[in-house]
Amino acid sequence: MWQKIKLILKSVRQYKKYAIITPIFMLFEALIECVMPFLMSALIDTVDYGISTTYKGLPKERTINTLSDIFRSTPYINETLGLTMDVTVFGLMITLIVLAGLSLTCGILGGRTAAKASVGMATNLRSDLYKKIQSFSFANIDKFSSASLVTRMTTDVSNVQMAFQMLIRIVIRAPLMMIFSAVMAFIAGGIMATIFVVLVPIIAFGLFLIIRKAMKIFLRVFKRYDKLNESVEENVSGIRVVKSYVREDYEKQKFNTASDNMTGDFVTAEKIVALNSPLLNTTIHVSNIVVIGLGSYIIYQSTIDSNYWAKLTVGQMSSLITYGIQILMSVMMISMIMVMLVMSLEAIRRIAEVLQEEPTIKDPKNPIYEVKNGDIEFKNVSFKYKETAERCALSNINLKIKSGQFVGILGSTGSGKTSLVNLISRLYDVSEGSILVGDEDVRNYDLKVLRDNVAVVLQKNVLFSGTIESNLRWGNIDATEEEMKRACEICQAMEIVEAKPEGFKSVVEQGGANFSGGQKQRLCIARAILKKPKIMILDDSTSAVDTKTDKLIRRGLKNDLPEMTKIVIAQRISSIEDADLIVVLDDGKIDAIGTHDELLKSCEIYKEVYTSQNRIGGNK
Amino acid sequence: MPPMRMKERARAKKGTVKRLLKTLFKLYPIRLSFAIFCIVFNVFANLSSSIFANFVTVCIKTAISPEMPGVGPSNPFIGTYQIKAMGISLNTNVTYLLLTMGIIYAFGIFAAWWWNRTMAIVTQQYMNRFRKEMFNHLQDLPIKYFDTHKYGEVMSLFTNDIDTIRQFISQALPTMLQAGLAVIFCFTAMLMNSVWLTLVTIVFAAAMFYVIKVIGGRAGKYFIKQQKQVAVVEGNIQESINGLKVIKVFTHEEESTKQFDEINDQLKDYSTTANIHGNITGPINMNIGNFMYVLTAVVAFLMLVVPGFYNLSLLEGLSPISISTFWGIVISFLMMTRMFANNVNNFSQQITFIVMGMAGASRCFDLIDEKPEKDEGYVTLVHIKKDKDGNLIETDERTRDFAWKHPHKDGTTTYTELKGDILLDHVDFSYGGSKLVLQDVSIYAHPGQKIALVGATGAGKTTITNLINRFYPINDGKVRYDGININKIRKEDLRRSLGIVLQDVNLFTGTVMDNIRYGRLDATDEECIEAAKIANAHDFITRLPEGYQTMLSGDGANLSQGQRQLLSIARAAVADAPVMILDEATSSIDTRTERLVQKGMDQLMAGRTVFVIAHRLSTIQNAEAIMVLDHGKIIERGNHNDLIAKKGYYYQLYTGAFELE
Repeated sequence: MWQKIKLILKSVRQYKKYAIITPIFMLFEALIECVMPFLMSALIDTVDYGISTTYKGLPKERTINTLSDIFRSTPYINETLGLTMDVTVFGLMITLIVLAGLSLTCGILGGRTAAKASVGMATNLRSDLYKKIQSFSFANIDKFSSASLVTRMTTDVSNVQMAFQMLIRIVIRAPLMMIFSAVMAFIAGGIMATIFVVLVPIIAFGLFLIIRKAMKIFLRVFKRYDKLNESVEENVSGIRVVKSYVREDYEKQKFNTASDNMTGDFVTAEKIVALNSPLLNTTIHVSNIVVIGLGSYIIYQSTIDSNYWAKLTVGQMSSLITYGIQILMSVMMISMIMVMLVMSLEAIRRIAEVLQEEPTIKDPKNPIYEVKNGDIEFKNVSFKYKETAERCALSNINLKIKSGQFVGILGSTGSGKTSLVNLISRLYDVSEGSILVGDEDVRNYDLKVLRDNVAVVLQKNVLFSGTIESNLRWGNIDATEEEMKRACEICQAMEIVEAKPEGFKSVVEQGGANFSGGQKQRLCIARAILKKPKIMILDDSTSAVDTKTDKLIRRGLKNDLPEMTKIVIAQRISSIEDADLIVVLDDGKIDAIGTHDELLKSCEIYKEVYTSQNRIGGNK
Repeated sequence: MPPMRMKERARAKKGTVKRLLKTLFKLYPIRLSFAIFCIVFNVFANLSSSIFANFVTVCIKTAISPEMPGVGPSNPFIGTYQIKAMGISLNTNVTYLLLTMGIIYAFGIFAAWWWNRTMAIVTQQYMNRFRKEMFNHLQDLPIKYFDTHKYGEVMSLFTNDIDTIRQFISQALPTMLQAGLAVIFCFTAMLMNSVWLTLVTIVFAAAMFYVIKVIGGRAGKYFIKQQKQVAVVEGNIQESINGLKVIKVFTHEEESTKQFDEINDQLKDYSTTANIHGNITGPINMNIGNFMYVLTAVVAFLMLVVPGFYNLSLLEGLSPISISTFWGIVISFLMMTRMFANNVNNFSQQITFIVMGMAGASRCFDLIDEKPEKDEGYVTLVHIKKDKDGNLIETDERTRDFAWKHPHKDGTTTYTELKGDILLDHVDFSYGGSKLVLQDVSIYAHPGQKIALVGATGAGKTTITNLINRFYPINDGKVRYDGININKIRKEDLRRSLGIVLQDVNLFTGTVMDNIRYGRLDATDEECIEAAKIANAHDFITRLPEGYQTMLSGDGANLSQGQRQLLSIARAAVADAPVMILDEATSSIDTRTERLVQKGMDQLMAGRTVFVIAHRLSTIQNAEAIMVLDHGKIIERGNHNDLIAKKGYYYQLYTGAFELE
């Protein structure tokens, strides 16, 4: 855990100076806060001394009775510290005001630096997480659900930010206050202060018990609370099902029972937490009564018997009460910070988990920066998504594709089509065997070079918020309008652009929500064409496009980009029937390879799919 | 302790506080009143702490150093001493004072424990109640509510908003009460001592409130800015994480990181300013308190040394200042000043929570005030038996035959057998706006017929099914079920007679068996398994680690899209309704698997009236009638062969000349 905390603290970076200076400001603020009451009582004592007609039972002349007297030096005896010094009322007032001003300055500066340090740290942390996630391979991505990655980057980071701010603002301050108060208590009360040595452990232990017991229950209930919220999520997103099956009452009952059960636990935990305040009250009150009772006795005894074993004055007793309360409050404060920090540990753990994740695919040591041609060869390739998985997603694949060929891949859901093509651009690494692109093992290429040369249009394709142009430029940042036009023409996307008044500058909403499925697919293909790749893979990328356009796209790719190797995964036989080569996959193995006519004769699966779809396409 | 977050819509409706408090007091009148009493007593006990300390010191001083010359120190524990402190004169001794103190403390501790405990319990019980009320009410809302409110918004009510209410009740409310009481107490005590000095305090208190208002207001402004930027950042994170694979494929990592860093830095700027404002309120208030202390002392001192000044106090009225007594007053007054400042600060710290709590409560109340789905239907679905003559007799037995029980105005009741005859008669519909989504749509579906709805996205296919199950009320025309106007049928019974399979499959946390049984709660395990077999889901279910008892979580994320769809078909099969609505039910299944499912589907559809919406025209070729919809109108109707022969829109769709999405 310590390592994880250290890892996260690394993100403080350029805000380190703020993180260090904040506790210093806080230290000064705390010091002034400790000194202030002291000076305030000095002020009162001095005036008191000046105006009293008697002092310690002896009559004496007043020293303060006109305005100018506040500038006159007056002896001040501090019983607590055993100090005697000459002060002026005016001097004390000025000192107090200056100190208040200093405390204000420290408070404001500390507040600023604390905000800068903690917000800056959170900003860096988000940025670090983002960069790390960008470096993830597909295997890494699969490991984390996207919802959990989003939570880590948002809620968890802001929890850590809060805890960090708390840490630099209070963690130094509270113990400091406690130590200072303790020292003062001993100076003031001598032996009497030992009662705090007894009381502090009692309250600390009490708080510890309460917190530990309550935390245990809370952590458990919070999980149930999350579960309950998850069930609300399910319910809200599935409300049509709920209503269609008239399950409102059933859902209500389910929710009510869960909520009731949870409430029981919550009440138990809260009841324990409710002991906190009486515990603190009790300790403070007990300490008050003991100090006052015992103190009064000692004061009396030491007044009538100057050889009495202990000495105490009224002033010392009041100080003892004040510092006692401060000590106990500090203990309470420290316990609260501990709770906060413990609570943030979970967030820290989850963030560190992402930061510690090693990308499974990295650039080789001496990468090759050029892809010669679009030849592809699979040599005895087997692939598993996880090493521990029993079943191979692909096993023993051998396949040779020549540069410029048009290859179709067919197979039912789960037969390994997507897995097969994902290996070519090293989205995943093979488990066994090797894949050659341009006669070179894919693992020897620089990743960026390889992926720029092997364009993949994914099954689940997305446009990003921005404009059509900004999306197309993903393929090539420097693409001219002419190039974009050409790319769009090849894949029949120009009509989409032209239909919009702003053309290439038309706005794309988040996730491309303002385009239909077919339009999105065509724009995604255009984006890939702009990369000018040597190999293009279309993973079921024209499923929402009508058959006529589909045909035109294929013709465009074939005629305009003859050198490029084209691999097409499709559900519709019509999309691949004129391919140079069709690969039929079944259960992770190659069932057959051949042209349309050959496969119709020899491949059962192909025939079956063809007949089923020909029923669809029959009436031509 | 959740992160403090000011919501964008941070404004609460007027009267929210009143409504919340009223509800609370109505529910827990005695417990809350007693808790408040305890809070008051607790405050009193805590404040008396410093007062008693003051009394004791004065008492000791009086005892051991009497002002009369020649009299030696006496034991402060016995005898009586006349003391005067905080404007109160008492005849007492330390023993007596300590005893009184002990008793007050004991009660104070009990009071502290009791109110903390009561508030904790009341808060949790109320939250439970409120949560349930919200959820239960949510279930009764019409589909329109869910279509017009963002999913995230509804969820946020249950996660964030309800939590701000909890904070309000359990924390902000008692603290406010305590701090407020202490402020009032101090203020009264101050007035009792010196009105002039109180005026000084008031000036400073005004300054404090002003600072709270200005800084608080600015902090609020930046918190809102921050919150907006948080939404931008979260949106970006969401988009890029969901599209991460695309980013990888296009090696676009650097560019998107750069883009993210820009908005992230923007967030840093807003967030820093907001946090600074939040951080500095405390020190500023505390030091205003310190200045107040010193200046009060200065003013007191001036009053002391400038001759001819009269002190004004509530206790003694206008009186000339005598140095020795007045100084005693000043000392206790200064003590009050510190207490006063501390409590104003405590009070102000709760303001954020109050504002947030009220905004949250306001939104939750909005939900509760939403009008529930209205149902004026009185025709119900009952189990029947047929006697020898074929008459329908209502029965409590769970027979497989049903009839519509139709009570008439004249007191008679007729029974119509449930057959599944659906008629849409010149139906017009709009989702509220002036634009008609459906225009003059008429569809006849006789029992056992399969009716297909075809058309582009937005043509109105799903809308038709939304009308049949009365998710939305129609504007004009009629929908009849077995000859009965569906507006007369109780929604519950109407929906029970319709089985539905949607494109987006929603599974619920629970076992596979539970999810199938969702279709009909009293179905036996055997019936569920039978249904799974019909949907061709049995095979894959038995291959799951624990078969039918496998737990599904996170909306069945551990199943493929196709498998999920099979489960939802099984769910419809177990419901065994005479009318089925299949809305893109097989869209996520590949054509090969679809053929397997199709067999099950055919079995499922046999003998039932079925409405099919399908993207793949192969699925609907054997339909009795195909309705081709365009912009809310039926533009072509007929069976497959008719429509192909017609060479119209359907023909073009069929031959792939048009895109369907």
